[in-house]
Amino acid sequence: MFKFKFPSRSLLATIFIATATLTGAGAQAADKTLTVYTYESFISEWGPGPKVKEAFEKTCGCNVNFVSVADGVALLSRLKLEGAGTKADIVLGLDTNLTTEAKATGLFDASGIDVGGLKVPGDYKDDVFVPYDYGHFAVIYDTQTIKNPPQSMKDLVEGDPSQKIVIEDPRTSTPGLGLLLWVKSVYGDKAPEAWAKLKKRVLTVTPGWSEAYGLFTKGEVPMVLSYTTSPAYHMVAENTDRYQAAAFSEGHYIQIEVAGLLKNAPDKELARDFLKFMVTPGFQDTIPTNNWMMPVSATSQPLPDAFGKLVNPSKTFLMSSDEVAENRKAWIDEWLTAMSMN
Amino acid sequence: MLLTKAEMRRSMLGGAASLAGIIAFVGLAVLALLLSSGGSSILATVFEPYILRILRFTLLQAVLSTALSIVFAIPVAQALARQRHFPGRIWIIRLMAVPMGLPVLIGALGLIGIWGRQGIMNSALLKFGLEEPVSIYGLSGILLAHVFFNMPLAARLMLAALDRVPSEYWLMASGLGMRSGSTFRFIEWPVLRSVVPGIAGLIFMLCATSFTLVLMLGGGPAATTVEVAIYQSLRFDFDPGRAVTLSLLQIVLTSMILGALSLLPAPEDEGMTVGKPVRRPDGRLPGARLADGGVLLLVTLFLALPLMSVVLAGLRSDLMKLLREPIFWQSAATSLAISISAAALALLISMTLVSARRAALLRGSGTFGRRLLFAAMGGASSLVLLVPPIVLATGWFLALRNLSDVSAVAPLLIVAINALMSLPFVMRVLEPAFIVHKHRTQKLAASLGVTGWARLRLIDTPALFKPMLTAFSFAMALSLGDLGAVALFGSDGFVTLPFLVYSRMGSYRTNDADGLALILGVACLLLTIAGTMAPVRREVAVHG
Repeated sequence: MFKFKFPSRSLLATIFIATATLTGAGAQAADKTLTVYTYESFISEWGPGPKVKEAFEKTCGCNVNFVSVADGVALLSRLKLEGAGTKADIVLGLDTNLTTEAKATGLFDASGIDVGGLKVPGDYKDDVFVPYDYGHFAVIYDTQTIKNPPQSMKDLVEGDPSQKIVIEDPRTSTPGLGLLLWVKSVYGDKAPEAWAKLKKRVLTVTPGWSEAYGLFTKGEVPMVLSYTTSPAYHMVAENTDRYQAAAFSEGHYIQIEVAGLLKNAPDKELARDFLKFMVTPGFQDTIPTNNWMMPVSATSQPLPDAFGKLVNPSKTFLMSSDEVAENRKAWIDEWLTAMSMN
Repeated sequence: MLLTKAEMRRSMLGGAASLAGIIAFVGLAVLALLLSSGGSSILATVFEPYILRILRFTLLQAVLSTALSIVFAIPVAQALARQRHFPGRIWIIRLMAVPMGLPVLIGALGLIGIWGRQGIMNSALLKFGLEEPVSIYGLSGILLAHVFFNMPLAARLMLAALDRVPSEYWLMASGLGMRSGSTFRFIEWPVLRSVVPGIAGLIFMLCATSFTLVLMLGGGPAATTVEVAIYQSLRFDFDPGRAVTLSLLQIVLTSMILGALSLLPAPEDEGMTVGKPVRRPDGRLPGARLADGGVLLLVTLFLALPLMSVVLAGLRSDLMKLLREPIFWQSAATSLAISISAAALALLISMTLVSARRAALLRGSGTFGRRLLFAAMGGASSLVLLVPPIVLATGWFLALRNLSDVSAVAPLLIVAINALMSLPFVMRVLEPAFIVHKHRTQKLAASLGVTGWARLRLIDTPALFKPMLTAFSFAMALSLGDLGAVALFGSDGFVTLPFLVYSRMGSYRTNDADGLALILGVACLLLTIAGTMAPVRREVAVHG
C-alpha cells in the first residue's frame, strides 16, 4: 500500500521560519518612531534608505520605520486608501505631477521649510512639499548601434523610422507621463501630429520603466526613454560608457521628487526635523550613487566624475502640478488617439 | 443510492461552505470599493468609445489566442499520448509546465531573445537574404506569447484526458486495424471534445485578462485590454467605481462566451478498466513515429529556445553572489510559505467543490436548486480568474484599513488571492480524475461497505494521490511566479521572489533579475518533476 511520506525536516523548518518572518514584525524599543512611507527602491539595500535611517537616527533619538510600496503613484494610492487613518508621518517619493492630487487629499501640512535656497532647475516653489532630488527625462541610446543620436526632440520625431525607441505608457507609468508632458511642452497644440510621426519609431510601449529598460539593455532596441542620470549608473557601477543620453536642443522635462509631512503626525517637530535633515549632506550624500538622481543641495564630497559627463540640459521644462492635474486625462486621450491611428 | 446520506450531506455542506467563502471574499472586496467610490456612472463608462475599442481588441486577441493554443495543443497531446517511450518524453511534459511558473516579464524577454528584432529567428532570416527584420510587435507578438504560455497548459490537460482512456480501447483499436484517422475520430476526438470547452474557457480567461504581455508586445496603445483599463483606473485615476464597473463588464462578457462554450456536449460516460498501464500499439507504426517525432521536436524547440535564452541570461549573472544575499533567502522562504499555503488552500477548496458537484449531480438530476448549485460551484471556481487581483487587493485593503494594520494581514490576503487564482487550474486537474475514479470504484466500495476513513485510506488516496500531487505542484508554481498584489501591500521585510526580480530590474540590476529568474524557473521545474512523479505502488486490485 502506498504511504504518504512526510516532508523532510528541513523543509518544515523553512516553512516555520518563513511564517515567523511573515508574522513577527519585530517590536523595537525606542521612545519615538518616525514612520516614512516611500517607494521600494528607496529602501532596498543599495538604495539611500539604510544610510538615511542610520544618519537620522544618530541625531533624533528616534526609530525610523520605512514602509514601502512599488512607486510614487502607488504611494499616493496607498494614502488615498488609508485616508486620515494613515500611520505615515512623512511621505517621501511623490513627484511634482502628483502633488496637486496629494494636496487635494487634505492630509498634508505645510512644511515650514523655505525651498528657495535649493538647487532645483526650473522655478519650483511649494510650501507643502520639499524636493529631495531631481532628474531630467532623456532618450538614452546605445553607442554601439546609434552613431548619430538625435540632437533634438524634432530629430527624434522626424528621424529614421527603422531606428526604434521603446517608451513607457503614460496610463501606467511616471516616465511615460513625463514624455507626454515633454512632447506637449515642445509641440503644444501640434503634439498629436508629433506623436503620429514618432509612432513610426516606437517599437513598443511598455507598462513601466523596468520593461522598457530591460528591452534596451538586452539589445532589442537602441533607444529608450529614461533619465539623464542613467548613464552614470553604467559608468560608475558597470564601468562602461556604452549607454549615453542624447542632449535635446529644445530642453528636457524634469522630474522632481518631493516629500511632505502629514497633518496627523503625532510628533510634528520630529517630522519637520526629518524634512530639514533631508536637504543636508547627511541625506543628500546618498542620492547620486544610491538613488541615481541629482541632489538638491550641497553634498559633503564632490559628485563622482561620471556625473560631470552627464547631459546638462540647457533648458528645463516643468508644468505646474495644477496644470498637469487639470489636463492629464485630455492629453492622454489625445495621445491614445494619435498612437492608435494607422 | 451509492453515497450514504451522511456522506452526501457532508459533501454538499463542504461545497456550499467553499462556494460561500469564494463569493464572500470577492463580494466584500467589491462592496468596499463601491462604498468608497464617488459613484461614477456605469453606463457612461461602458459606452465610452475608448472602452468599446479596447473591449473589441480584448475579445479579438483572446479568441485568436485561444483558438491557436487549442489547435496546436491537439497534435502535441496526441503525439505525447501515442509515444509512451519517446526519448525524453517525461522531460517534454515537465518542460511544458515551466512557462506557467515564470514571471510574465521574464518569459516575454525570453521570447524576445528568440523572436525579437535581435533574436535568432531574425538573424537566421537575415542570413537568407531578407533585409528588414520580421517584427513580432503587434497582434502577432501577442498571439505568439499567448500560445507560448497557454498551449503547453492545453496540451497537458488534453494529455491527462487521453491518459484516462482505458488501455483496452487502444488494444481494441489496434486489434481492429484502425488507422490513425479512425482512431482520432472514434477514440481521441470524443475524449478531447469533452475537455476542450473547459480548457478553451480557461485559456480564454487567461488571455482576456492578459496585461503585461499585451502592452509589451502589442507595439502601442491600439493593443490594450480591459485589464489595462482597470489597472489604470485604480492607479493614476484612483476611481474604484470605474474599476468595479470595468471588472463587471469583463466578467459579464467573458461569462457569456464561457456560457456558449458550456453548451457544447457534456462528457460521456467513462469506460471500465482493469487499470493496466496504458499501451499504445498504434504509436509503433513507422508513419506515426515519424510524424509524432516531428511534432514533439518542434514543440520542444518552440518551448525550450526561449527558456534557454532565459537560462543563458541567468548564467551570465553572478549566481553565487545572489545566493549569498540574505534578502534572497528571505524572499525565497516567503515565496515558499505563500505558495505552499496557497496551494493547500486551493486543493482543499477544490476537493470540497469537486465532491459536492458530484453529489449534486448524483442525487437524481432532479431539482432546479441542485442544478443551480452545481453550476454555481463550477462557475464561481473558474470566474475568479476574471476578477483582477488588483481589484481584490484594493477592495480588501479598503475593507480592513480601519480594523487593523493591513500590512500584518497582507500575507493572508495574498495567500487567499493566489489560492483563488489557481482554483480553476486545480479544478481542471482534479475533477476529471475524481469523477473517473469514483465512477470506477463506488459500486465495489459500496458493496464491500468500505466508507469514511477506510475508503479514503484504502481506495481514494492511492488513486487520487497523483492528480492531487499534480494539482498541488501546479498551484504552487502558479503562486510562485505571481507578482500579484504584493506591490500594493508591500512593506518593509515582506518580499517575494518575483517582487525581488522586478525590484532588481527597476533599479538597473537586470543581471541580478536574470539570475533570480533562472532560479525561479528551476524551482518551477523541480515542482513539476515532483508533480509528475509516479508514486510507487503495488498492484492495484480494487479497480473494476
